Amino acid sequence: MADIYLDNNATTRVDPAVVDVMIPYFLEQYGNPSSIHKFADGVARGLKQARQQVQALIGCEHDSEIIFTSCGTESNSTAILSAIKAQPNKKEIITTTVEHPAILSLCDYLEKEGYTIHRMPVDKAGRLNLNAFKNLLSDQVAIASVMWANNETGTIFPVAEMAELANAAGVMFHTDAVQAVGKIPMMLQDTKIDMLSLSGHKLHAPKGIGVLYLRRGTRYRPLLRGGHQERGRRAGTENSASIVGLGKACELALEFIEYENTKVKALRDRLEKGITEQIPHCFVTGDMNNRLPNTTDIAFEYIEGESILMLLNKAGIAASSGSACTSGSLEPSHVMRAMDIPYTAAHGTIRFSFSRYNTMSEVDEVLKVMPGIVATLRKLSPYWDGNGPVVDPEKAFAPAYS
Amino acid sequence: MWDYSDKVKEHFFNPKNAGAVVDANATGEVGSISCGDALRLTLKVDDATEVILEAGFQTFGCGSAIASSSVLTEIIKGMTLDEALKVTNQDIADQLEGLPPEKMHCSVMGREALQAAIANYRGEEWKDDHEEGALICKCFAIDAVMIEEMVWANKLRTVQDVTNFTKAGGGCAACHEDIEAILEKVLAEKGEKFNPNAAPVEAPVKIAAVKAPLTNLQRIKKIEQVLESLRPALMADGGDVELVEVIGNTAYVNMTGACNGCQMAAMTIAGIQQRLMEVMGEFIKVVPATEMAKLVSIGA
Ligand SMILES: Cc1ncc(COP(=O)(O)O)c(C=O)c1O
Ligand code: FES
Repeated sequence: MADIYLDNNATTRVDPAVVDVMIPYFLEQYGNPSSIHKFADGVARGLKQARQQVQALIGCEHDSEIIFTSCGTESNSTAILSAIKAQPNKKEIITTTVEHPAILSLCDYLEKEGYTIHRMPVDKAGRLNLNAFKNLLSDQVAIASVMWANNETGTIFPVAEMAELANAAGVMFHTDAVQAVGKIPMMLQDTKIDMLSLSGHKLHAPKGIGVLYLRRGTRYRPLLRGGHQERGRRAGTENSASIVGLGKACELALEFIEYENTKVKALRDRLEKGITEQIPHCFVTGDMNNRLPNTTDIAFEYIEGESILMLLNKAGIAASSGSACTSGSLEPSHVMRAMDIPYTAAHGTIRFSFSRYNTMSEVDEVLKVMPGIVATLRKLSPYWDGNGPVVDPEKAFAPAYS
Repeated sequence: MWDYSDKVKEHFFNPKNAGAVVDANATGEVGSISCGDALRLTLKVDDATEVILEAGFQTFGCGSAIASSSVLTEIIKGMTLDEALKVTNQDIADQLEGLPPEKMHCSVMGREALQAAIANYRGEEWKDDHEEGALICKCFAIDAVMIEEMVWANKLRTVQDVTNFTKAGGGCAACHEDIEAILEKVLAEKGEKFNPNAAPVEAPVKIAAVKAPLTNLQRIKKIEQVLESLRPALMADGGDVELVEVIGNTAYVNMTGACNGCQMAAMTIAGIQQRLMEVMGEFIKVVPATEMAKLVSIGA
């Protein structure tokens, strides 16, 4: 069987149709869109079309609300830094404990610069408390930034509702929708979301292209100043091939969004059900009732994620883990810690994330090998004894320097 | 993912001596579940000869933790306890044909489990001297606690100082921001302000009046003398040091035995450097010989 790719929340395969529309922008229409000659002729039109394709996918009112950036991270940084530069008297930021590092590291940094960062906690199922959010809103808050969907668990936050609350309190609202765009239908013009980040490589466009949606009328300060590209809101010669590719990818994503929420979801559900039925002592993390259709994050108790990934990899299956060891840090994923998943399970979480390229026979293949992998590793585990965990695992094995 | 050697993969995919030894008479449990690595080592020791007859491991951890545990049991089977005590984490790493720097702690965990098990057999209490902070410099595996201590002890003021004394920051430079944050914090505790342009901290050397600079030959001889004088102390801890090369003011040394590989090695090296500077009255930088190769490859 060919290798199986179930790591689509990390990045996706570029759709061949996307590659096709990009190639002319390398070989023929390679002119600078600002230039006035035939090598640049079609470029401005290509960019315009891409802007409209993105607009259609996220349902915003004007195509001029789309700013092309280099990645999701740049969009996130631009949004937050813009909000605090435009409102220098406001010194607070609201976010959550489970954001991507693209938000959290920036907030840590701003905290050192004197900003007050409110990091909202989540419950054991990864959910936010909206009342707590309401109580944090004030005229001191420059921006609230809350991810649309979590990259590890797929848990969806009620961002439209939160944007309403923020708007009523006069607080700017940004959402990191890098994982949500293309998987959740959206109509931004009906919301009060001021800014939104998306990233091409999560929806079958190339890496290194992103978008910041900026609602018309939102006060804004550019991150990169220079030329007049993107109406002076993001200087730097346009990455025309990737922009056109992203446009095509958005068009396809809109076409497939139904498929994503039926067929792809069915793949995910079957894998999840199969694993949790066959394998004892494992559980799904996050909010089971409110999740991306393509993501499942399963904690396998008493074993460690990197070991699982190595055995999966040997079986030709690619997934990812919230374990500490895969990142080179010592703590397991901040998302698992935020949900208060015990260490004996948090280190053993595996995320399977699907795309429209996956098939049912791939799911069956994973279901075939997974029980054996878990059993092999549990045989090595000090927390495991024959057919089940040792009695009172955390006490039975309590190593020095815990 | 990590670039593991074939040997690591071999021991991971086909671990030796997995599981607990039945009727074991020595057990060592070390590790930290919060860090995601924990190991229980069980031994069956012959009471008359103190030979390790059987060894088994149970490990909760990543690929290199399991491989380190597996290879450890292979190394020590058939050894007497005294022989086994001489096994270092470097021996474990060497048997595995090397580990990525971030994973060296897996081999350290193996050695510690062994010490704990032997202490358990002998009815002694095993104490680890583990104090680990957040890893700051990934290039040289130096953590926050170590940097803070050096900043306090040696009145360091700049990132360059920290690099001179601990090596942290001497590679890719990605950790400079974090090192500055530590400097700011420690200096603030001392009521001082961080100034990135402060003059470098010279070692507290008593510069002998007007003294001609040493020739390279003199320098090498002197360094040898100093290392010789430090050797007994190192050997008492089960380690040793060997001078490999002197280039300018940098002395490249091989740390062997218990000193090697562990984070304590960096501490020991800083101590040696301090001593050399005091005796020789000039700035000397002590660097593990393994870094000679690394520096070349970073430069390339
Ligand atoms: C939720 C979220 N935000 C931001 C990013 C970063 O996007 P990019 O890689 O385009 O910078 C990612 C990708 O890992 C993500 O999952
Ligand atoms: S991480 Fe410190 S020099 Fe590279």
